Amino acid sequence: MTYIRTSLHIVALPLILIFIWFLATLGEASFFVPTPQLLIETFFETWTSERFLSDVFPSLGRLMIGIALSILIGIVGGLLIGSFRWLRALLEPTLEFFRAIPPPVLIPVIMLLIGIGDEMKVSVIVLGAVWPILLNTIEGVRSMDEVLADTSRTYGMNRVNTVRYLILPSAMPQIMAGIRQSLSIALILMVISEMFASTEGLGFAIVQFQRSFAIPEMWSGIVLLGLIGVVLSFIFQLAERWILGWYHGLREIEQSA
Amino acid sequence: MTDESSSPGLDPRGDAPRNREEEVHRLHRWESSAAADRRGGDIRRHTDVSTSAALDIATRPDPAAPLTSVAQSGATGRATTSGPGRARRRRRRGWSTKALGAAGVVGMLLTWELLPVTGLVNARFMPPASEAIGGLISNFGLTDFWVSVYDTMRAWALGMIIAVVLATVLGFIIGSPTFLRRFTNSTIEFLRPVPSVALIPLAVLLLGTDIESALMLIVYACFWQVLIQVLYGVADVDSVAMNTARSYGLGPLARIRYVIFPTALPYVMTGVRLAAAVALILAITAGLIIGTPGLGAEISRAQSGGNYVSMYALVLATGLLGVLVNLVMRMIERKILSWHSSVRTEVAA
Repeated sequence: MTYIRTSLHIVALPLILIFIWFLATLGEASFFVPTPQLLIETFFETWTSERFLSDVFPSLGRLMIGIALSILIGIVGGLLIGSFRWLRALLEPTLEFFRAIPPPVLIPVIMLLIGIGDEMKVSVIVLGAVWPILLNTIEGVRSMDEVLADTSRTYGMNRVNTVRYLILPSAMPQIMAGIRQSLSIALILMVISEMFASTEGLGFAIVQFQRSFAIPEMWSGIVLLGLIGVVLSFIFQLAERWILGWYHGLREIEQSA
Repeated sequence: MTDESSSPGLDPRGDAPRNREEEVHRLHRWESSAAADRRGGDIRRHTDVSTSAALDIATRPDPAAPLTSVAQSGATGRATTSGPGRARRRRRRGWSTKALGAAGVVGMLLTWELLPVTGLVNARFMPPASEAIGGLISNFGLTDFWVSVYDTMRAWALGMIIAVVLATVLGFIIGSPTFLRRFTNSTIEFLRPVPSVALIPLAVLLLGTDIESALMLIVYACFWQVLIQVLYGVADVDSVAMNTARSYGLGPLARIRYVIFPTALPYVMTGVRLAAAVALILAITAGLIIGTPGLGAEISRAQSGGNYVSMYALVLATGLLGVLVNLVMRMIERKILSWHSSVRTEVAA
């Protein structure tokens, strides 16, 4: 019974909205808004053919590389900057400024310096997505429990073990918070970077559809981007539950006490 | 209850309460479940990864704020990096920190200056820092520059106002009854991750290249940021406070004004602060890609015209604008929430 009720909660509103959409497009066909049936047909026609290999696949590849690089650079850099007070003091104002630059304005700059290939798109993604991870890692390292840090020092833990068993776990909740933000930024920048001087990719495809007034195809691209966003956040939640399982358990115990 | 509630006098941090009033306050906090209180008072920060994380575009907490990270209090059950000793130490260290920070900025500018001069990078594509900064300063004297700043900031402000009002009103409506929250949850979770830039083609088709399409992008992106925070805020209302208000005979409107609104306000302000950064990014992106008037359009014009010095100057200007927006939003947040315990302890530290 409860299962039925929860599933009803989940599907009810989307179904109602789709029904309203269906009713609204029943009469004369609007040029800008396709009917639900047409959109679903177009979606499968457009994205299951060779377009998947030529546009979606490269986009997703760049997105993944960009995210992986951001995570790597962010965590390593954050560990370094967070561990040394002088380094943090030295870099903090500069980082603060770089973070405040809206990432899309870097696209023209990087286009000049690196060209318009895949490297440009990946570096745009990294330059935008690395900040939340970097700054959160710094903050996570900085706010480490001093008692734990002293204990590990007293016990003579070496540097590698300290990073592995003390610093990384205690900064992990904040690092994951940073990664979560970075995912959505990376997706946005993937699309934007493909709208400049590009010949393939999801962003390019959608703009091309719009310019050639292929409205249902354009909508299907928007839906596909939405789906990618949803899948990304779902994967992230799984990963977070796996990595931070100990942490959520700890918090539950604390809150019930 | 942790061990600290049983023996508050033997505070392991060692910073003994300096006066009676403070001690009473501390005891009171411990009595009313120390952990929960600290958590509840510190919501602006990274208290709950699953909530704040989802939304935070700029989770960077104020550097000046006391650190009560969940990670650390999770480990030993107490905050270790606050207290008067730390504040004193920090004041002493303030000068050298500032000097180092300034050295960092100067070093960055020097590197930028030297890169094109030494020929490592083509000077045409990356003019030295002095030229870009010179361009920026001469921009400050031009009306055109201020007109495009005005255009960008107008789109930013209008989009923010629309998004915040919509999200707050809807959030209060959806957030209060449990039924509505469950009913809308799946839809919200589905629509939220849709990247706003996916709407660019639609905005161009429907609204053209004027400020309206920038507004559409800004409102869409900011709406979710604020809405989610409002929903969390409304859900965070203390049930004891709510029941008290009810038994004192407060009507529904009075309950919203005196119980729900003060609880949700810190969350709303977090949402607004995050939305401000996102809105600025989108206001400039819209100019860059669609060509709505503003700094973004100027940058793309300078780039396609080969005027790279002015392009770098404009990029610097957007960065400064971003820093400014962050500072102003933080200030506003602190002012509006001056009554809230998280801000009060911050001032005391």
